[in-house]
Parts: sequence; structure tokens; C-alpha cells
Amino acid sequence: MKLIQISVFLENRRGRLSDVCSLLGKHEINIRALTVAESDDFGILRIVVDKPQEATMLLKSNGFVANITEVVTVEVADKPGGLANVLAVLSKHAINVEYMYAFLAKATAKALLVFRFDDADKAIEVLKKNGIRVLSNKDIGSL
Amino acid sequence: MKTSAFWDKKMETISRESLKKLQLARLKETVRFALKTPFYRTRLKKAGIASADAIKRWEDIKKIPFTTKDDLRECYPDGLLAVPLQDVVRVHTSSGTTGTPTVIYHTKADLDSWTDLVARSIVATGAGKQDIFQNMMSYGMFTGGLGLHYGAERVGMTVIPMGGGNTKRQIQLMKDFGTTVLHITPSYMLHVHSKLAEAGMEIKDLKLRKAYLGAEPYSENTRRKVEQLFHIDAYNSYGLSEMNGPGVAFECVEKKGMHVWEDVYIVEVIDPRTGESLPDEKEGELVFTNLTRRATPLLRYRTRDIACIHKGPCACKRTHRRISRITGRTDDMLIVNGVNVYPSQIEEVIMRIPQVGTNYMIRLEKEGTLDKLIVQVEIYSKMFRGDLNEIDRLKEKIREELRASIIIHPSVELHEPGSLPVFEGKAKRVVDNRQKL
Repeated sequence: MKLIQISVFLENRRGRLSDVCSLLGKHEINIRALTVAESDDFGILRIVVDKPQEATMLLKSNGFVANITEVVTVEVADKPGGLANVLAVLSKHAINVEYMYAFLAKATAKALLVFRFDDADKAIEVLKKNGIRVLSNKDIGSL
Repeated sequence: MKTSAFWDKKMETISRESLKKLQLARLKETVRFALKTPFYRTRLKKAGIASADAIKRWEDIKKIPFTTKDDLRECYPDGLLAVPLQDVVRVHTSSGTTGTPTVIYHTKADLDSWTDLVARSIVATGAGKQDIFQNMMSYGMFTGGLGLHYGAERVGMTVIPMGGGNTKRQIQLMKDFGTTVLHITPSYMLHVHSKLAEAGMEIKDLKLRKAYLGAEPYSENTRRKVEQLFHIDAYNSYGLSEMNGPGVAFECVEKKGMHVWEDVYIVEVIDPRTGESLPDEKEGELVFTNLTRRATPLLRYRTRDIACIHKGPCACKRTHRRISRITGRTDDMLIVNGVNVYPSQIEEVIMRIPQVGTNYMIRLEKEGTLDKLIVQVEIYSKMFRGDLNEIDRLKEKIREELRASIIIHPSVELHEPGSLPVFEGKAKRVVDNRQKL
């Protein structure tokens, strides 16, 4: 179960991140998770939102360089060792993580981890076999 | 199949021998008119040319001293006027942004000759009266707009005199009137492409077939990019206000260099440092003599534009020789840490990289005592897949390819499409902040 993440190319200019967020806000699109990978003169904003298709269209038609990337989101207990447990499983099965970031779900004891794998299908299979819950976009929308 | 009709077949296919005879006769007549101006009376007499009779053979042109842009400035406003002002029907002046303006006067016959050459140029590209022509060059003092306008009307095309700017409306009119031919700067053409989606338009909604590109130097890769993005044929056009404007040289359907209309212009290529003539295929500064303009005769005018004359005849059967595209200007050369760089070299490199979008800028800064060359490019949004490493690799690739071409290491900045300055007329892509220190 892969989940859609939106990647947005942002040049290093004041207010650019704010532009993205206010555009999404104005259209009632809720950002669930966010991270920025940065370089000298540009950054790549990665977001998980409740309405990914709509958000991508919206960004593109407003002149943003945006694309969708497939990621895998898993749910772990929000307690010490939660992340370590998942990573141990991945490591054991030689699954490479390109990048990852974490966020907390509202009013639950769960933490959510967003992973970009080079082989997502294999990762999902391994995670599920090890009893780790993998979330869909629908799950994210209803969080 | 590539075929094109002729506008003036007899003149366009005249034998080289007859053409030279015609040039000599017209050169004499031009010298006669030049001697009526205060400027040339002094200048030519000093060079031993007291009357037009001093020009006997074709080679005598070498006796005539060059005329420069500075000469034109010194002659402002009427030092080069060869006819009574009442015979003048139009005046074009340069903007004067870099100093005193320059002025060119035209009689009715001068405009007629110019218009005819533009008509000849249009027909040479395979266009004709059936075409819908949208003129997206500025009108007014800039000769690009009016020059093509009257030429297109003379051909009998349906002319839409939009001028520059107002991109959305331009696109709408292209669709509404089924525009087939554009006259536009290459930088604006690329900008128009980036605005198509916003205007809710696709290439297939338009009937474009040709574009005449001119008014600024650009690379062969930019031409290809324009042709691929719009699915059209793009033709190079050359002109300068001192030589009337557009219609000095134009590409025919072969698209292998621009035919200089030699019955009206003598073209020479010289070494800009020594003034010596250069052989065919050797790049140097273009020098033009206008052979029919009476109001403002100009002899051996140094254009500062760099190009070469191509060897051999063209498959289109026109006998008028061809010049290459303009590869730079003697005055746009940048010296970066002692290395000579032309902006056109940079454009050539970045426009062949598919991930690069349609706009770029070149910035020069001082870093301590060293010059720093910064190339800012917009990325092509369809190429973005969301991967940071991929973008870093793209930056490195642009840097490496530039280094291979211009020897120095530039720094490369990537920008979002639409974020760099847009030029609806002539692009000003070089910003040199070094002098400000």
C-alpha cells in the first residue's frame, strides 16, 4: 500500500514555503506531514496531505514545480524503541531507505513514519509480514 | 518538400558578375549622396575621395574609411542628412540608453526599398498572402515592428499588429485568428510557451507554422528548442536600425544561413582589431554599406556583430551570399578572470540540456579580487521527479558542460519556472555587478 507524497521544488526565495502553505490552506487542503530537503540555492518540500490529487493539480496550475512520489507510511507505537524496531526489520531484509521523516497522529499513542524506499513493493511485503501496519492515503485523510 | 517562390526572381537569382556591376554603380551613387553630408564631406575628402569618380573599380571600396556608431552619435541630429528635410518621411532613432542617440532618416523611396526587401525575405521562407501574420515585435522607434509590418502587408499577408507584451492576449489572438506566422524575439517565444498552459491552450489549438526570430543574438540550440516546443520552422532574421532594420539578411527555406540582399547591401567581414578583410567562413565583425538609402547614406558601417560569410551557393538558387547567425557582439564579450566569454557560448550549452527550462540569466560578481560567474537557469517543470540527488546531478552536469565550453568554472543556480525576469522585447540577460565595487 503505497501512499502519495507531493514533492515541490522551491528556490531559495523569501516567502516561497509560505506561498505553498497558504495556497493549500485557502483550498481547505490539510498538510499531515512535512519535511524540507535543502541544498544551497533550492529545497525540495515533501508533504503528505489529505487530498493529494487535488493538491498536486492546484500547485501545478499555480506555477509550482510539483510532482507526486510514492512513499510508504507505517504506524508504530509512540514510545522508546518504536522506530528502532521498524528499522531493524528493514535492515535485516536489506531494504534501503532513501529518506524518511516522522510525524505524530492526533490524539493517539501512535507515531507515523514516512519512508521512501528504492524497492517499495518489497518493503511493504516485509513490513506487513512483521506485523507493522502500513497506511493508505485514505487512512491519512481520516486521521 | 521544401520549395519557396521568389518575390523578385530576377534580382534574387542575378549572376554574381551582374550583381557586382550593380553594386559598383550603386556604390558610386551612394558616395555621391554621402558627399552631400557635412560628416562624409570631411571624412571622404581626407581619404582622397573628393567626388564619386574616385570609385572606379569594386576594390576601391577599400579606400572608404569605416563609419562607427560613435560617428553616428557625433552626427546627431542631422550631420548625416543627405536630402532636404522636406523629402524625409520617417525618422528612426536608437534609444540612446548608452549615450547620445543615433538617427536614421528615410525618404519615401528609402522606405519603399526597405519594404521590398522585407517582402522578399518573407517569401523566401515559403510564406505568402495566405498566411496570418502576428507581429510581436515592438512598434515605434524600434525598427523591428514597423519593418516587418509593412513588408508583410506588401506580401499580402493578414497582419495582426500586436507589438510586444500582453502574453495572454497574444495567445488568445493566435487561436482566434489562426495565426500561422510570428515575428518575435526568441526569448519572448520561449516565455510564450511557458504561459500556454495558464492561458488554457495547447500547441494543437494553434495553427502556427513559422516564426521569424530576431533582434537579439541566440544559439542554434535555442532555435531547435523553439522548433520542437511549438512544432514549427523558425527562421533567423537579421537587421539593424542603421541599415534600416529587419530585412538586411534572412533565411530561406533551407535554413542554412541568412541571405544578405546584396543588391542593396555590401557585406564585408573584418578583423575587429586590425580592420583587415577576412576570408569566407572566418568569423569577424560584419560591415555593411547601404546602397539605396538616400536620406542617410552609410558607408562601411561597423556593426559590432560577429558572424561569417558562408562559402558556396545555396540550394534555393538565390545567388546572394549567406551569413551565419550572429554569434556575439564585439561589445558583449565578457572578460571573466582574464578569460573571454560570450553569452552566446553559455546559451549554446544550457539550451541543449533537456531539464533546463526556457529562461536564464548570467550574473557577474566580485568575490574578493576574483570574478565570479553565476549562471541562473529555470528548470523544466515536467522533468522534475521529486528527487534531490537528481537535481544536484543536474546542477553538476550544467556546471561541467559549461566548464568544458568556456574554460572557467561558473556557479549554477536553479530556479523555478517563471521566477527569472521576463523580456517581452530584447532580452537583457547579463547583469554585471563588478563595476559597482
